[in-house]
Amino acid sequence: MNLTLKIWRQKGPKDKGSMVDYKVSDISEHMSFLEMMDVLNEQLISEGKEPVAFDHDCREGICGSCSMFINGEAHGPDRGITTCQLHMRMFKDGDTITIEPFRAKAFPVIKDLVVDRSSFDRIQHAGGYISVNTYGNTQDANAIPISKYAADEAMDAATCIGCGACVASCKNASAMLFVGAKVSQYALLPQGRIEAVDRVKNMVAQMDLEGFGNCTNTGACEIECPKGISLENIARMNREYLSANIKD
Amino acid sequence: MSGFFKSSIGRKYAMALSAFFLMIFLLQHFAINILSVFSANAFNEASHFMGTFWLIQYIFQPVLIFGVIYHFVMGFILEAKNRGARVKKYAKNNGGANSSWMSRNMIYSGLAILAFLVLHFIDFWIPEINTKYIEGDMSGLLPDGGYRYYEELTHKFVSPLRVGAYIVAFVFLSLHLMHGFSSAFQSAGVGSMRRNKLQTFGKAYAILLPLGFIIIALYHHFNH
Repeated sequence: MNLTLKIWRQKGPKDKGSMVDYKVSDISEHMSFLEMMDVLNEQLISEGKEPVAFDHDCREGICGSCSMFINGEAHGPDRGITTCQLHMRMFKDGDTITIEPFRAKAFPVIKDLVVDRSSFDRIQHAGGYISVNTYGNTQDANAIPISKYAADEAMDAATCIGCGACVASCKNASAMLFVGAKVSQYALLPQGRIEAVDRVKNMVAQMDLEGFGNCTNTGACEIECPKGISLENIARMNREYLSANIKD
Repeated sequence: MSGFFKSSIGRKYAMALSAFFLMIFLLQHFAINILSVFSANAFNEASHFMGTFWLIQYIFQPVLIFGVIYHFVMGFILEAKNRGARVKKYAKNNGGANSSWMSRNMIYSGLAILAFLVLHFIDFWIPEINTKYIEGDMSGLLPDGGYRYYEELTHKFVSPLRVGAYIVAFVFLSLHLMHGFSSAFQSAGVGSMRRNKLQTFGKAYAILLPLGFIIIALYHHFNH
C-alpha cells in the first residue's frame, strides 16, 4: 500500500519543530508499524536526509519503549498493543497517517518522536519498591499465604510497562494510572504493606512535582493502555493516599 | 493531613465531596419544586419553611454557597493546571475513540451551569435576600395575605426565553452529571464493583433529575 505520513520533526529539545509530509510506497500489510518506519528511514538515508528518530527496543510489546501518537491515539488505532505490535493491516492504501510524539510537559521531546520519560523513573525511585535485605536469610516470599484475588490483582497491576500511553492519551496528561498501578502492585501484597504509607505519599508527591495533570476520570488511559491496566488502580491509590494521610 | 488538600489526589477528594453535597442539594431542591406541580399550598409551606428556618438560612445556606463557589473555583483551577500539563497540543487527537464527550467537556458544561446560576441568582435568590434581609419582610406574604412563593415561581416561567434558557441549562446539567456522578465516586476511591452497581442509579439520576426540573418549568409555562 502507498501512504502519506505526517510526522513531527524536531531537531532537539529547544527546536520549535513542525509536521513534515513523507510518501512511502509498497508497504506490506503484514509489516509492523515500526517496520514501516524502518522503510521510511532507509528511504530518507538513501536520499541523504536525516532519518526520523523514534524509540524502540524489544519490538514484542514488553519494553514500553515505542511511544508514538498515531492518528490521534497512543500506539495507534488498535487496543491492548504497543506501537511495535501495531500492524499495517490496520490502515488502507492511500491513507494519511499522522505521527506525533507523546505530548506532556513531564515528557519533553528530545528529538522527533523520542521523548524523555525519566519522570516515570523518578516516581518509581520515590517509592515503587520494597526494602528487602538480601543477606541470605530472607524469608521465601512463597511461604507467605496470599489470597488468589490479591495475587491476581497485584499481578495485573504489575504488568504495567511504564510506556506512558496513559499520560499521552489523558486530556490532562495525568500519570495517575501509572502511579496507581505501581502503588497497587505493592499495596495488595503483605511485603508491600510495611512501607505503604511512605510509598503512596512519596510517589504522589513526586508525580505532582513532575508537572503531570490531575485525573478527571475520563477513562482514556484505561482504553489506550497496552496492558489493560484498570481504573480500579487509581481508586485504590486514592484510598491508599487518604488512609496514609490519616495514619501519618 | 497538612498537605493533603494541596495534593492532586486531595483536590480530587475535595471536588468529589463538594459534588456529593451539591447532588444531594439538587435532590432536595427538586423535592420542593415538584410540590408546585401538585399543590400550591404545599409548595408555599415548604418554601416558607426553607426560607425562614434558622438552621437552613444561617448554617446550611452559607455551607451551600461555599460548596458551590468551591466546586466552581477548584474546577477552574484544576482545568488551568491540566491545560498547563500539556503545553504543546496534538495536531490530531482522536479523543472520541477512548472517552465520552461528557468526560472531556466538564469545563464547558460547568460553564453553562454557572451562567444559569447567575441568571437563577438574579431571578430568585437576590430578590429573596432583598425582601427578607434588606427590607426586613420575613412574613413571606403578599399584600392580599397569601404566600408569595408560588406566585413568584409561576410568574418567572411566563417568559418563553427564560424557560428556553432553563431547559438548555438543565440539558448541560444532565451532561455534567452523566460523567460527574460516577467520576465523584471514582475520585473518592470507591471500587469498581460498588461503582458498577451505582452506574445505573447515576445514569437515572443524571437524566431524570434535570428532566424533572424541565417538566416543572414547562408545566408552569403552559398552565399560567
